[in-house]
Amino acid sequence: MKIVTGNDLETGAVTWWSGDGWSLHIADAVDVGAHGEAIAATEEATRRVNAPYVIEADATSQGPRPAHIKDRIRAVGPTVRLDLNIKPADPTAGSWVI
Amino acid sequence: MYKYDQYDQTIVDARVEEFREQVGRRLSGELSEDQFKPLRLMNGLYLQLHAYMLRVAIPYGTLDSRQMRMLAHIARKYDRDYGHFTTRQNLQYNWIKLEDAPDILADLASVEMHAIQTSGNCIRNISSDQFAGAAADEVEDPRPWAELLRQWSTFHPEFSYLPRKFKIAVIASDQDRAAMRLHDIGLQVVRNNKGETGFKFYVGGGMGRTPIVAPLISEFVPATDLLSYTEACLRVYNRYGRRDNIYKARIKILLHEIGADEYRRQVEEEFAHVKTLGLDPPASEFERIAAHFAPPAWESGLPDTVDRSNVDFAQWVDQNVTAHKAPGYAVVTISLKPIDGIPGDASSAQIDLMADLAETYSFDELRVTHAQNIVLPNVRKADLLTMWQKLVDAKLADANIDLVTDIIACPGLDYCSLANARSIPVAQKIAARFADPARQRDIGELKLKISGCINACGHHHAGHIGILGVDRKGTENYQLLLGGSGAEDASLGKIAGPGFDEDGIVDAVERTIEKYRDLRQEGERFLDTYRRVGMDPFKEAIYG
Amino acid sequence: MVNALRFRDDSAHEEPAVTFETFLGQTNATAVRLEPGDDARELIPHLDRLALIEVSFPKFRDGRGYSAARILRESGYTGELRASGDILVDQILYLRRCGFDSFIADAELDEAAVDRALGRYGDVYQKAADGRSPVWALRHG
Repeated sequence: MKIVTGNDLETGAVTWWSGDGWSLHIADAVDVGAHGEAIAATEEATRRVNAPYVIEADATSQGPRPAHIKDRIRAVGPTVRLDLNIKPADPTAGSWVI
Repeated sequence: MYKYDQYDQTIVDARVEEFREQVGRRLSGELSEDQFKPLRLMNGLYLQLHAYMLRVAIPYGTLDSRQMRMLAHIARKYDRDYGHFTTRQNLQYNWIKLEDAPDILADLASVEMHAIQTSGNCIRNISSDQFAGAAADEVEDPRPWAELLRQWSTFHPEFSYLPRKFKIAVIASDQDRAAMRLHDIGLQVVRNNKGETGFKFYVGGGMGRTPIVAPLISEFVPATDLLSYTEACLRVYNRYGRRDNIYKARIKILLHEIGADEYRRQVEEEFAHVKTLGLDPPASEFERIAAHFAPPAWESGLPDTVDRSNVDFAQWVDQNVTAHKAPGYAVVTISLKPIDGIPGDASSAQIDLMADLAETYSFDELRVTHAQNIVLPNVRKADLLTMWQKLVDAKLADANIDLVTDIIACPGLDYCSLANARSIPVAQKIAARFADPARQRDIGELKLKISGCINACGHHHAGHIGILGVDRKGTENYQLLLGGSGAEDASLGKIAGPGFDEDGIVDAVERTIEKYRDLRQEGERFLDTYRRVGMDPFKEAIYG
Repeated sequence: MVNALRFRDDSAHEEPAVTFETFLGQTNATAVRLEPGDDARELIPHLDRLALIEVSFPKFRDGRGYSAARILRESGYTGELRASGDILVDQILYLRRCGFDSFIADAELDEAAVDRALGRYGDVYQKAADGRSPVWALRHG
């Protein structure tokens, strides 16, 4: 699947395109099919999100899992500070990233 | 320490208001991200993986307890209760909100600090020897010169859109604790045979994609020509540095392509012209600045010995305490490298505690080192034991300075949008492998440096053992380099062979070190043995 | 909102600027246009007859024109020195300090914002081509 991600203008937080807006949680990310570039361009023009881009992800039972480790780390948080993760102290976070 | 006067304060305050207006234009949608990016970068504001990151300048690595406490306050109020000390003697906050950035800059300005030119293609924070003013081996304190350069480079109208970033380091000892020759300009304060002060100018060093140890461009530039000569060096670069390829835009590539002799000829020609412009301030301005760096009122007649009856304390003294120029005093390095920690990270509480210790024991002064540790430069030997006990309570008493677990590591792929691989977990696994203090001491001085990409913020080229993280088909892979040094015997590490995964690189480091223990002769550090025997025996141990 | 700004009292020069190559090959042109790679020093023997030197900034990030401007001013050029191209409000102060006294920007500039930018810093740390005294001179009056 293809999903769209960026960073929120005000907070810099990682956000995921949920179909009608931006979510902090990758589980809300939707498959944008062939429309990713168009969505990124439209959203960038609103100047509420920084540098949105389209990535490849696998559809899993727990939701989308980005193909590249960089975006998996973006989805969760620093692997060395699990207390600061988007879901603090989620014991499965580490294995999900790697 | 330097104190702002009304001029300095007004300039920094004006910068805060300028940035407040620029942030307002961005938040309102008037500016696009493309237009805003160069403006925020000039104020040290990056967009990293998880949030905005703010890099605060700590000029030549020196600060007082009031400034240190402000760093803790900002971490607590606007960030997530910690900060990261960098290899450029700066501090980074990892979780900044754009709308808070102007308020943070205002808080910094209230204690004479800023984030000016901590990013962008301009002259960056001037770095220096962390032992400046206290080191027994220095010609004089290099920091007044660094401050002179800081002021000259701040909002320099001609050099704010250089081909690429520009880093300057100033030292004043033959021993190089600041990786001076791996800077765009490295300056060493020297005296000529008439006793006059001047500078050795090394130009065109750097790490990154094309690491180069800077060649000597001038043996002696008189102190009265410092700014003019630097201006000439920069002007030649601004006019002729490459702008067609970001990877070839640093000054080291210009020197490499035209040669040091031709670059020197162009600089001398430019200098002959520039020197007529009256750009150098009068001696009275240097004396004004230097007066701020007058040595503190060290007491005389203090005991010059240390009670070593506590074994743990004695080991800490051996590793973390350095000779001071004044009898009865010592230079203390506080390790920010606990075995299970993150290199260079400190919590707000730890930052506050270090501020308290500086105020109580070190004439209110702290330093940041390029190895991501903190120095208290002026501690009475008689106070060392009491101070050490407080460090133990705060988990800041690791006795590992310059040992294998005193690892430099960049933030890597855990935080940085440029990274290809994580650095911190590798540092943690190596530190865990060598956690036994006796084993570390047996290995001796070993500078291990890790970067998560080719930009080399973790100085891997200059590590006795260096590690470079790369992206190999979507997975993290680590290359091993041996034989680098950022000290006065500067050299660049060589790649040992094929890369490893995360666990593999830890094993490879251990095999390298065990081979060194087999081969070493009396008194040899790892680097000495490597230089004597070369790469082959290590290669065989690692891959054989 | 304007594209052109001029900080001179004399009347604008009418003759169009010729390219650097053309200028060096002919003897009567009084206006020339420098691209980032052109060497401003080659104009020094001809400054007497020049009334306008236009320095092109195809991209604001290319800062070679700042050095070109200072070199020309340091060589005694007093005619119009114009920055043209990708000129943004946030660069105008530095450009003025390097000696530019007119601007033709690709995108319109807000004059009020330009005024604020030019007035924001009452003092400067270094000498440049604008005659302002650096703070080290003020400190030691």
